[in-house]
Amino acid sequence: MILAVASAHVQAIIDAIGSGAVFALIAVGIGLVFGVLRLVNFAYGQLIMIAAYMLAFTDGWNDAFSIVVAVAVTVFAVLVMERVAFRPLRTTSPATMLVATFAISFLLQNAALLRYTYKDRPQGDSIGTLAELNRAITIGQVHVRWVTIVAICTASLALAGLALLLGWTSLGLQLRAAANDFQTARLLGVRANTVIMWAVAISGVLAAFAAVILSISRQQVDQTTGLDVTIFVLIGVVVGGMENLVSATLGGFLIGFANSLVGAELPTQGSWPFTSNVYLPSVIYLAVILVLLVRPGGLFARSGQAAVERV
Amino acid sequence: MRRWDPLLQLAMPVLLVVLTAVLASGFASPADSVKFRNVLIEISVVVGLYVFVGNSGVLSFGQISFVAVGAFSAGVMTVPSDVKPNVLTTLFPFIKNHSIGNVTSLLLAAGVGMIYALIVGIPLMRLSGLAAGIATFAVLGITYNILKYWDRIGPGATTLTLIPATTDYVQATAGAVGVIIAAFLYQRSRWGRLLRATREDPAAAQAAGIDIHRQRLWAFVLSGGLCGFAGGLLVHLLESINVDQVYLDLTFLTLAMLVVGGSQSLLGAVVGGLTVGLVNILLSDLEHKWHVGGASILPGGSSLVGVAIVMLAVLLVRPSGITGGREFDAGWISRLFARGPSTAERVPPAA
Repeated sequence: MILAVASAHVQAIIDAIGSGAVFALIAVGIGLVFGVLRLVNFAYGQLIMIAAYMLAFTDGWNDAFSIVVAVAVTVFAVLVMERVAFRPLRTTSPATMLVATFAISFLLQNAALLRYTYKDRPQGDSIGTLAELNRAITIGQVHVRWVTIVAICTASLALAGLALLLGWTSLGLQLRAAANDFQTARLLGVRANTVIMWAVAISGVLAAFAAVILSISRQQVDQTTGLDVTIFVLIGVVVGGMENLVSATLGGFLIGFANSLVGAELPTQGSWPFTSNVYLPSVIYLAVILVLLVRPGGLFARSGQAAVERV
Repeated sequence: MRRWDPLLQLAMPVLLVVLTAVLASGFASPADSVKFRNVLIEISVVVGLYVFVGNSGVLSFGQISFVAVGAFSAGVMTVPSDVKPNVLTTLFPFIKNHSIGNVTSLLLAAGVGMIYALIVGIPLMRLSGLAAGIATFAVLGITYNILKYWDRIGPGATTLTLIPATTDYVQATAGAVGVIIAAFLYQRSRWGRLLRATREDPAAAQAAGIDIHRQRLWAFVLSGGLCGFAGGLLVHLLESINVDQVYLDLTFLTLAMLVVGGSQSLLGAVVGGLTVGLVNILLSDLEHKWHVGGASILPGGSSLVGVAIVMLAVLLVRPSGITGGREFDAGWISRLFARGPSTAERVPPAA
């Protein structure tokens, strides 16, 4: 009995780590662009959606090919986004840039919706890519789906690769310099457009990876794909601390982890607010508010480093 | 001329709203009539949003929470009491067994919005920048979540129906004009000026003895009241409402309207609401009603894509909004007739 209860918790924790890993991937993509551009890319979710659509459209192909196509198209889309909207607005206020990404997000969502209103199709397209990873392996009483393992491995590898890139290459040095002080970096010979395009392109690759992992378990894509998860990650990134890529990533991981774990642990019964798992978002949002009130610069931000202050 | 500037600043937005209402009530088809009144209400929401965001410079994603509580309190309380116990069986008894009239419900909506904004604002107004944006978004998330699942205070996940339709052109216009006047009086008041000072330079404002938290809180509460009031108007226009109608889409739409118009002026709020709202109506008419040779001009569902493109295009051409964040003044007219580069160009007012 005790073993069963314990394994239920272990199960919940493993699932939560898997969920946190995907969120962390997305957080890195958002944090990287914020670092060099000071731009909160709300349209990141629609990049995930584009990648998922590419998987759906190439459903009959070899899985490896369709993933390559998804990555390529997503990178292309984000580069277009950068050229058309981010670059002309680079010097404007953060609110203007944010609203511009709202507009892009809105544009892409409604463009995707056209697919379902124009013809009488059922809502959503199905994705069969790597569907066999939904099988679980059982250790004792804990069922771990392969996709959870893949999520954790992909996120770890991608983060390690990024750490190597940032720490050991010239491009990484330029990216870090640009994130730290863009003007000075430019004065010292860092090419602004090149660095920004690299940061944006890497964020596109990460969006495509996240889309592949999310699509394995959801097996479907529609115009809302990527929206909720991006909102959650954005919140996590700010809660973690947006000034720094590591704290942003930890924040993304934490919100994914907490969301999954609290959802599993809250009772299903309870009619008053905050007492059952239908109120899961409220519980998370309340925690977010409390964290921000105590540490407005972010949970993992070093003190004195925060860009935001309380008044 | 300068003496008349304050009056012009108020007259221009009011004129735009009234003109739209008069033209729409005269010429719009019955189907479009609801859309036009909806635009008038959206303008009220955007002006409510402007009172806080525009004057304080702090981004808030939470103002639609106040629209939502306003809409649902006005809606739930005006469902006739003879049918309410049968439709909304799970409500708390004192909500279930009482109903109120139209004007009372609008006042209730404004009051509930204000009180909610006060409760939320006391802790949250300490925050600035991204932290404030995310924290206010969290408020929206909590409001949505509780309204959606707690069926003791509202319809829960179902659609609330049987709400009396009282928002005609007169009420929608009078409401929007009232909201504009309130916003105008606030921004010219001592408190409004103090808050604008904190927007321009928080450190200097604090050094001059301005309590930033208190000034932001007043604006937040007034904004909450105006948004709640607009929510009341909205629910009496739609006759039925679902909590999803006062959540993300409306938040992004109204914020986009504010930024497209120019977030730092009252005129910008009205112009932005009007522009995006009218483009939306025009494109959806192109999509549904107007045909060339048997086919509609725009393919079905494409109007919202068009709205997004227009929004993006405006931001790319005029990043600080159509009005550039300036109020209307006599200078606009003289600049209009001036040849070549205007000499009347002056430093924008603290607007």
